[in-house]
Amino acid sequence: MNQRSSNLLDEALGLDQTIEPWPLRGRAVVIEDRVETSGSFVLHHLLKRSLSPNSSNVSIFIAFAQPFSHYDRILRKLGCNLVLQRDNSRFFFFDMLMLQCPGGHEGITPEGGLIALYGKIHKTILALPEVSRKNVSIIIDDLSLMEVAVNGSSDYVLDFLHYCRTLTSEFDCSLITLNHEDIYSSADRPTFLLQMEYLADILIKAEPLATGLATDVHGQLTVLSKSMNYGQESSRNNTSNFHFKVKENIVECFYPGSRG
Amino acid sequence: MAESICRLLRDGALEGEHAPALTIKDSIASPFGFHVFAHVLSQLSSFILAGKSQSRGLVVVCFSRSPSFYLELLKNKGIDVVSSDKRIQTLDCYSDPLGWKSRLTETGNFMACSHETSISRTTNVFKDVKHMDKLYNSIVELGKGLVGGGKIRFSVAIDSVDEMLRHASMSSVSGLLSKLRSHDQVSSIFWLLHSDLHEAKVTAVLEYLSSMVAGLEPLHQPANGQRGDMENFSLIEHNLKKGKFHVRFKRRNGRVRVMLEEVHVEHLGVNFTALSSEGAINQGLVPKVQFSLQLSEKERIDKANVVLPFEHQGNGKPIQIYDGRRSLADSKHERPVGATETVQTSEDSGRGEIIYYRDSDDEMPDSDEDPDDDLDI
Repeated sequence: MNQRSSNLLDEALGLDQTIEPWPLRGRAVVIEDRVETSGSFVLHHLLKRSLSPNSSNVSIFIAFAQPFSHYDRILRKLGCNLVLQRDNSRFFFFDMLMLQCPGGHEGITPEGGLIALYGKIHKTILALPEVSRKNVSIIIDDLSLMEVAVNGSSDYVLDFLHYCRTLTSEFDCSLITLNHEDIYSSADRPTFLLQMEYLADILIKAEPLATGLATDVHGQLTVLSKSMNYGQESSRNNTSNFHFKVKENIVECFYPGSRG
Repeated sequence: MAESICRLLRDGALEGEHAPALTIKDSIASPFGFHVFAHVLSQLSSFILAGKSQSRGLVVVCFSRSPSFYLELLKNKGIDVVSSDKRIQTLDCYSDPLGWKSRLTETGNFMACSHETSISRTTNVFKDVKHMDKLYNSIVELGKGLVGGGKIRFSVAIDSVDEMLRHASMSSVSGLLSKLRSHDQVSSIFWLLHSDLHEAKVTAVLEYLSSMVAGLEPLHQPANGQRGDMENFSLIEHNLKKGKFHVRFKRRNGRVRVMLEEVHVEHLGVNFTALSSEGAINQGLVPKVQFSLQLSEKERIDKANVVLPFEHQGNGKPIQIYDGRRSLADSKHERPVGATETVQTSEDSGRGEIIYYRDSDDEMPDSDEDPDDDLDI
């Protein structure tokens, strides 16, 4: 019934072939967007795919941006019930909206806050049954707000991401993050952004069209997929570029010029 | 050229000299640094296992990938990992670089699973990357454990200087690297650096510390140099498959040799080839077409020699420009009246000229007469 809606995005990520074993496992997916073109729909799409009924994937969602009800509403439109998934222990929601690490004498230090968060994620994964432990997605929405929560120190965020990264090699988790490209544009050396791009196995960029606004096209997506798995079939660098249109309960992806 | 790098690392250090050191640097536009690092690593380890190199052991300091990744990598390259255990050791700065896991364990919030504890028993987990002195001691200790004391040497590979620089100051990192270079049991050392993450001076310092610098650059620079311009999508796609491999060797006497190659990323790692002429000449990424869009040197000279009819060459000789009224033969006998232009002839044969033959004398030359004056409208 639910035919593959945005084939191009799925294809670019390798999600069109199989959903189990989870094609993104062991990989870091970095989504970058701009203020004119939100990339959160990619996050929602990946969340929906990972919670698809014919797989045993588990998602750990670390939300700095929106409350649970927001994601629940959106995913419901996409045909996925987060409350149900949460009750089935397939969706773990960490509400970090209130996380603030002011440093100083009282309260938690930025590092302490992130260590505790890492500990929680690790504990959650360990508590899972052996079968689903192999197919965990850690989703962070979004990194810039995480940076704000730890007092603007991107070093702590990178430390935290490194520890999340170790989870991907220990448990074959996938790590999916969202970040905003343009807030680093004034810096002469966008180090944090570059660090993320080096870390990424798959980089997804959501950008407005170079030609300006259009009603039929909301923006373009570029997917760069690097692979370092020597001697495996997936060892190839893939790139794809296509346009998208975000609709109420579907995202349409198509090649430039293929839509009137 | 990539082979000569590996050879130099294999041959190791001379008595009373610093060990040869290699910096592999890349940038986000051509991010193959790790591929090259993996290539050098596997070459050197196969030399060491075959007993062909000066060094008898290799210490891999892992910051950006897990030790098991490297074991897998070497296994895929056909290097026997089990027997290499006594020759190749990893120092794990990846699993718990800041000691978070031990801190969580202390407070009772962390349970290492069986899988993890088995890892930490076989490898050497380093938990304090902020202290370069401790890191130095661990590397040397590990190396000595591989080769024993005395005069036998070992090699060191560091997979990310960027991580080190994130945790420690520039001076302490360069101090560690130069101490390693001058250690009398180190045969060779190499490290990977993402140059665009740091200021230019950091890259320069690390290049001074090394006797070889292997840089990776994109074959085609984006025209406007702007980040994230997806209009250049095909360019990006192109640059993700191959790049320029630029190596600088520094000899002891100060002679510097620079070489250039092309690097391709392939199914099984990287491949080095001579820089193709296409890449060398067509820097502007001219699209591949059937016909030639560019002139050869001879064609360019010939083209420059053609005298165009409107050009006043000014060598004093009168030349008639065919004005369409009479044939050239006629005008040879009479001086053109009112033709004030003095244009040069094209007498020397080296120059090009434009020759015009009128089809026939029957053809009426253009005149001021209105050709339509017989029309009865």
